[in-house]
Amino acid sequence: MASVPVSHGLILAGILFMLGLSGVLVRRNIIFIMFCIEIMLNAAGLAFIVAGSRWEAADGQVMFIFILCMAAAEVSVGLALVLQLYHSMRTLDADAASVMRG
Amino acid sequence: MLELLWLIPALPFAGFVVLALAGGRLSRPAAAVVGAGSVGLSAVVMVLVAFEFLGAPPPHHVYSQTIWIWLSVGSFSPAIAFYLDALSLVMIFVITFVGFLIHLYSTEFMIDDEGYSRFFAYMNLFVGSMLTLVLADNLLLLYLGWEGVGLCSYLLIGFWYTEPANGYAARKAFVVTRVGDAAMAVGLYLLFTRLDTLQIQDLMTRAAHAWPAGSTLPVAAALLLLGGAVGKSAQLPLQTWLPDAMAGPTPVSALIHAATMVTAGVYLIARTHVLFTLAPAVMTIVAIVGAATLLLAGFSGLTQWDIKRVLAYSTISQIGYMFLALGVGAWTAGIFHFMIHAFFKALLFLGAGSIIIVLDHEHNMFKMGGLRRQLPITFWTFLAGAGALSAVPLITSGFYSKDLIIWQSYASAQGSVWLWGAGLVGALLTSMYTFRMVFITFFGPPNAQADHRPGIRINLPLVVLAVLSLAAGFINLPDILGNLPLFSDFLHSALPAASILPAKAGYEGLFGVISGVVSVLGIFIIYLFTMRYRRLTENLANSSVGGMLHRFWFAGWSFDWLYDRLLVRPYVWLARIDKDDVVDLFFDGTAWCNRMGYRALSFSQSGYIRWYAAGMAIGAAVFIGMVVFL
Repeated sequence: MASVPVSHGLILAGILFMLGLSGVLVRRNIIFIMFCIEIMLNAAGLAFIVAGSRWEAADGQVMFIFILCMAAAEVSVGLALVLQLYHSMRTLDADAASVMRG
Repeated sequence: MLELLWLIPALPFAGFVVLALAGGRLSRPAAAVVGAGSVGLSAVVMVLVAFEFLGAPPPHHVYSQTIWIWLSVGSFSPAIAFYLDALSLVMIFVITFVGFLIHLYSTEFMIDDEGYSRFFAYMNLFVGSMLTLVLADNLLLLYLGWEGVGLCSYLLIGFWYTEPANGYAARKAFVVTRVGDAAMAVGLYLLFTRLDTLQIQDLMTRAAHAWPAGSTLPVAAALLLLGGAVGKSAQLPLQTWLPDAMAGPTPVSALIHAATMVTAGVYLIARTHVLFTLAPAVMTIVAIVGAATLLLAGFSGLTQWDIKRVLAYSTISQIGYMFLALGVGAWTAGIFHFMIHAFFKALLFLGAGSIIIVLDHEHNMFKMGGLRRQLPITFWTFLAGAGALSAVPLITSGFYSKDLIIWQSYASAQGSVWLWGAGLVGALLTSMYTFRMVFITFFGPPNAQADHRPGIRINLPLVVLAVLSLAAGFINLPDILGNLPLFSDFLHSALPAASILPAKAGYEGLFGVISGVVSVLGIFIIYLFTMRYRRLTENLANSSVGGMLHRFWFAGWSFDWLYDRLLVRPYVWLARIDKDDVVDLFFDGTAWCNRMGYRALSFSQSGYIRWYAAGMAIGAAVFIGMVVFL
């Protein structure tokens, strides 16, 4: 089976991560911010998978399963917070929450 | 029974702890039971200890009890230890017994006050500190009690703290006595560095061995201790706090003047008498301070209109007598007068308090008048106390104690005819100001109407103290009246006898007659001035010279004015011009740095979640960069 070079996989993971990060920084809609965080998590997961296949070890896949669990937990907590924000602010604009600053 | 000694100071402290922790939740009767009961129990223990001490005296008439070692640093290991001898037994007898009567009186006197349990908490702490002071086995523990007494006097003088004047009086008492305490602390350092112990008995033995009489060191040490004694006992030149201390509730004044606080200086000198004997020059100073103070306070007492201030000046004057006695080496006479004074001064203050309370906090004697019929019990007991204070011969105890001092100030080896003369003039002044107070308050036309009569808890202490004021003198009768010096003999196990010069010893009877006559003469003179020729007195007070003298004496010889100009104002002036000194730059700079840091950090706390994410991303990039490139 022809293997994909490690560098390709890592570059793809880096691109995905930067895409997610820039989305987090520029988006104001909180739902999109959460999407972008998911993209960043998956980028990290992809990097683990690639590294795992490079060293021929199962650790990378184990780490990916951890990341999936963590992402599921994050989404459930995050969506609850989004609902709360929408209830109190009547908007999904993350910057509107800056009225909570101390 | 002697093993119970530690309970005597511990019980009032326990009462204080209970009242301080649970005071707000206790009902008034419960607070009264805890407050008065703890001191009462302490008095009961004192009686048990005293019976054992008198019935089966411990070896050398000394019992000492070590509770635990307080701290141990090298050769310095002061203990929490109590030392009981004849001197401290007399002191704890007066403190617990008179203290209990005053507490009992306060349970009724303070009944309408908001801070009822707070009052008893402070009073218990006061009594406990004073008991620690007199029972202390070493000077460090004594100093602990000494400062505890100072603290409680501050708390109690300023008890009604909502009135700014009361707070001022409390601060004044605290600061002025602190001047003396600083001298005393230096004295303790000196004694410890030179003699390597603070245990009082060791200290006295070592001082007597190491130091020849009259050399520099004992003189310096005795002078420094005298500084502390002068401050606490309100003697010249630190007497100014005591008249202002009348701002506190009247039972507090009774406690300060009779049982605790002001007699601490007398006790200190008597306790360290060996040291003072080594410094004859300081003894002379003690006698002169006493004589000067008793005259000065006597004149001031003549001009006051506030009944409590008259009593305050009389205390200063009577403590002056005690200092005079200590200064001429008449140790037992000084302590005898201390005990008698505690009885009649507590009585007079409590009597004045019961007048003040039925007249709705009226202090002005000239607004009282004619209270003889309205308050018969107060009148008769007050009369007994006034008689004892004026040393009316034969029937009052004050005569026996004061006559002993006046006589020994002449006849002892350190005595002189000048000290005797001062004592005699002081006795004349004493009976004048005392009976001026009695005549103005109780005789003449009634100026005020008492709205109720005091109850049993006020009257009972008055009656008990009146009986003691009349009868307690019979335990020490002079030569011409049967020669029965029981009290002096008892004290001689702790204090040496006065050395009476044989050449003068024969005159004791004659001198007793003279001082008796002077006392009665004073009463007669003031009777003429206040009852018969009142207009003449008023004219005298309104004349130019008389008026000036009156104002001068009324202001306590203007010592407050003098200290204000001499010490307070220069200090305030110095503080004002030194307000912006360079030292502050450092502290202001610290504050400025903190404020800037706070501004920068609070700016970063913007509330924009994207800023936080960017911050984290940049931080992560920086750290990863550091790991990769460094």
